[in-house]
Amino acid sequence: MRAIVLTEKDNVATAVENLSAGAEVRVSVGTKELVVKLVNAIQFGHKFALKGISQGGEVIKYGEVMGKAATDIAPGEHVHVHNVESQRGRGDLAVKGGGQ
Amino acid sequence: MEVQGDVRPWGGIGIRNHVLIMPSVVCAAEVATRIAAAVPGTVAVPHQHGCGQIGADFEQTKRTLVGYGANPNVAGVLVVGLGCEKVAGETVAAEIAARGQRTELIIIQKEGGSRRAVTKGIEIAKQLVEEARQVKPKPVPASALVLGLECGGSDATSGLAANPALGVASDLLVAAGGTSILSETPEIMGAEHLLARRAVDETTSKRLFEIVAQVEEGARRRGADIRGAQPAPGNIAGGITTIEEKSLGCLYKAGTAPIQGVMDYAERPGGNGLWVMDTPGHDVESVTGMVAGGANIVVFTTGRGNPAGCAIAPVIKVTGNSSTYFNMEENMDVNAGTIIEGTETIEQVGQRIFDLMLAVARGKLTKAEELGHREFAITRIGPSL
Repeated sequence: MRAIVLTEKDNVATAVENLSAGAEVRVSVGTKELVVKLVNAIQFGHKFALKGISQGGEVIKYGEVMGKAATDIAPGEHVHVHNVESQRGRGDLAVKGGGQ
Repeated sequence: MEVQGDVRPWGGIGIRNHVLIMPSVVCAAEVATRIAAAVPGTVAVPHQHGCGQIGADFEQTKRTLVGYGANPNVAGVLVVGLGCEKVAGETVAAEIAARGQRTELIIIQKEGGSRRAVTKGIEIAKQLVEEARQVKPKPVPASALVLGLECGGSDATSGLAANPALGVASDLLVAAGGTSILSETPEIMGAEHLLARRAVDETTSKRLFEIVAQVEEGARRRGADIRGAQPAPGNIAGGITTIEEKSLGCLYKAGTAPIQGVMDYAERPGGNGLWVMDTPGHDVESVTGMVAGGANIVVFTTGRGNPAGCAIAPVIKVTGNSSTYFNMEENMDVNAGTIIEGTETIEQVGQRIFDLMLAVARGKLTKAEELGHREFAITRIGPSL
């Protein structure tokens, strides 16, 4: 496997080798297998989406919410700081008046 | 399951036999360093604290110094004070001695200056080293191990390989009757609900949510986003996107044992089993807090490669990233990258970490020890006055 999906709930996979844009990557999700065509090149340790995630939707890894999509994310797209917002420790949002 | 331990007169069991030269204040740090440099078999812990501290901040620094000096890996401690500081050498020495530890004290102002203090300190340190040599290690149960769990310089492999393997080792130690400490409160943020479910009682569960809320409140007070510090730039380059993702990966190192309680920084656990200590994510401050709380061995996972050790406790380095292992092999004890490559299971590497812990407890030196990494840092609650 060139990418790991930790639980069936996850909507992202972690690359365990450097993967090229356009590559078709086969991943195991529980008992099923899925093939995802990569939109971007994905470096070792980085994530890509298994399915489309709408803006504001939950990004799930380890079966838990790890943040919310800041933009619409397409299947096979690189999922990282440019398109995922952390929901925790956001003192900056408190300053803008929008924080929790 | 037995290891080799040094049983202290007060009952503590150490797996190392250090003579510690401890300044109570920054102004005594240079003298302490010179004493240690002149006497083989001693180690100094220079630090920048001890003056202009009040309230909980003062108490925490004092508790850390006392706990560190009274750690069972220490055979004897020479406290070096200046004479006018808030964290007084006399107080630190008296509190360490009250725990039953072999303790000596010099005060620079009383000795009449740096040179005289260094000369006298060298004499005392040599005596303490001589006494430490008389201590003969004997077989002790593995339950004497108090394990500090640490991760630093994390990348995506930390949560996939190194931390889950360390969790297996932590569970093996807890099953053998030992003690394990999880720290780094910011790296619980986003995963506290999972940890709280494992709390043995309501108080512990509530306290877990409270300590994380305090970190978040700190970020709000400063009007700052913790991203950039948590996750750190290296974490982000390594594929970790948010603090929630980092925390979910970090928690694996605490295995599956129930959480017995939550301690303040540098506080001692109230028994065996798995405990949580409220520390920052700053690795050296976190390790120092756990060792001051009685940890006599540390396992430190690192995806990107962190060389930090500890002045008095052996630190075992585990990386889940094979490239890091081969890039920094002189610093790394265990390659858990085999899990990602599919040549070993998480359980196999966990067992390997546990076996190495036992070997280290029987005297094998870790890479950080061989390299002389002796990092020490105390966390602060408030600014100096």
